[in-house]
Amino acid sequence: MPRAEAIALAVEAAVAEAAVTLRPDVRSAMRAALAKEPSERGRTVLGQLLENAEIAAHDSVPLCQDTGTVWVWVELGAQECLPIDLHAAIDAAVARAYEENSLRMSVVRDALFDRTNTGNNTPAFVDITLRPGSGATVHVMLKGGGSDNASLVAMLDPSAGEEGVAETVVRAVEAKASGACPPLIVGVGVGGTFDTVAKLAKKALLIPLDERTADKRLRAFEDRLLGAVNATGIGPAGLGGLTTALGVRVVSAPCHIAALPVAVNLGCSAVRTVTVEVG
Amino acid sequence: MLADVAKVTLPATAADLSVLQVGQPVLLSGTVYTARDATHVRIAEALAATGALPFDLAGQALFYAGPTPPAAGRPVGSVGPTTAKRMDAWTPALLDAGITVTIGKGARAEAVREACVRTGAVYFAAVGGSAALLATHVQSAETVAWPELGTEALVRMELVDFPVFVAIDAAGRDLYATAPAEWKVTL
Repeated sequence: MPRAEAIALAVEAAVAEAAVTLRPDVRSAMRAALAKEPSERGRTVLGQLLENAEIAAHDSVPLCQDTGTVWVWVELGAQECLPIDLHAAIDAAVARAYEENSLRMSVVRDALFDRTNTGNNTPAFVDITLRPGSGATVHVMLKGGGSDNASLVAMLDPSAGEEGVAETVVRAVEAKASGACPPLIVGVGVGGTFDTVAKLAKKALLIPLDERTADKRLRAFEDRLLGAVNATGIGPAGLGGLTTALGVRVVSAPCHIAALPVAVNLGCSAVRTVTVEVG
Repeated sequence: MLADVAKVTLPATAADLSVLQVGQPVLLSGTVYTARDATHVRIAEALAATGALPFDLAGQALFYAGPTPPAAGRPVGSVGPTTAKRMDAWTPALLDAGITVTIGKGARAEAVREACVRTGAVYFAAVGGSAALLATHVQSAETVAWPELGTEALVRMELVDFPVFVAIDAAGRDLYATAPAEWKVTL
């Protein structure tokens, strides 16, 4: 049975690892893109990003100076019972990880009325959901401000269909991708409600680029979206080329008969996520 | 073919910068000052109060960045560009007051492009997400003002061959507008 302390320790270790490690699937996709990218400037950028990953891993320094806000999603086995405040335990773990690993403190006390730095990168933004069984699956994402800012939620009419979703995704990318550090991972949520669709988009960023859904319709839709995003010409670092995104991942869900909620959460080239099982 | 790599020493004058072409790769060496959101609020307050840039920033370069603490024996662990457009509200006034170079990432407002033309300033783009590599081109970092802002303090950095591209040149040509148009594919 996992104690809250075990989950907190997993978060602490995940933060340290994510900050300095380029996801292996992203590295592979970036290498493949470098081999195909026709823009010389684009190849220069991709080469620089791959070299950056080597330096970060070798020297244990952050891939990006924006070590983000911390999003933690705990999928807790329904058989578990946690006697202490898991939110407090996770915040303490995040504070330790940011101090001990010389990461950047990027959280202010209040968005509107007190934009002074909290000094320890807390609070973390935590979702806790239940799943069957025991143990816990812990997902940790360090989300950079530039890419999170370049995200949106749109409530479409159901008649907009796949075409409307595709237009929304391309609109999000064209409006703000140059500040979101392309090549991107594009997370798309479709369905649910106004509040839950954004979480679907964020969860889509957890799906490895070398894993594809078994759903053929969804796979084809993701491929279509990737083609449309890369046709924008925005390219690596937004400086022109055909690699605007390394992948698009879509998570869909049930929704109201009147609704077609869409959310786009852009992941930057240094998308930092770690998923661990706590027994 | 990209234009040849240019070497630029900072601080740079409008005359130094006038030869640079949009899209050109450039290696920057010399002095920059880090300034991002909260730093801009402070600089703008000082400018409004005195009519001049504080800390002799006239003629200098602003690097939109908030570094991580020192690591791996280097003065900063990682440092890369933040999104420049958040600084757009202040930039025309700062260029008019004497800033000659800005370094960041991402597209900028038309008013910034016009201010580059008016003042001969240049906007350089560094590659976002390459902050571990960029930190190896930072020789020193010294806090000049506002340490209470943490990572948003005004920090003087000495750069050595720090890689960037000319994103808006002194003629007002904007790479973020021209480059995607050049590579756009009609589906």
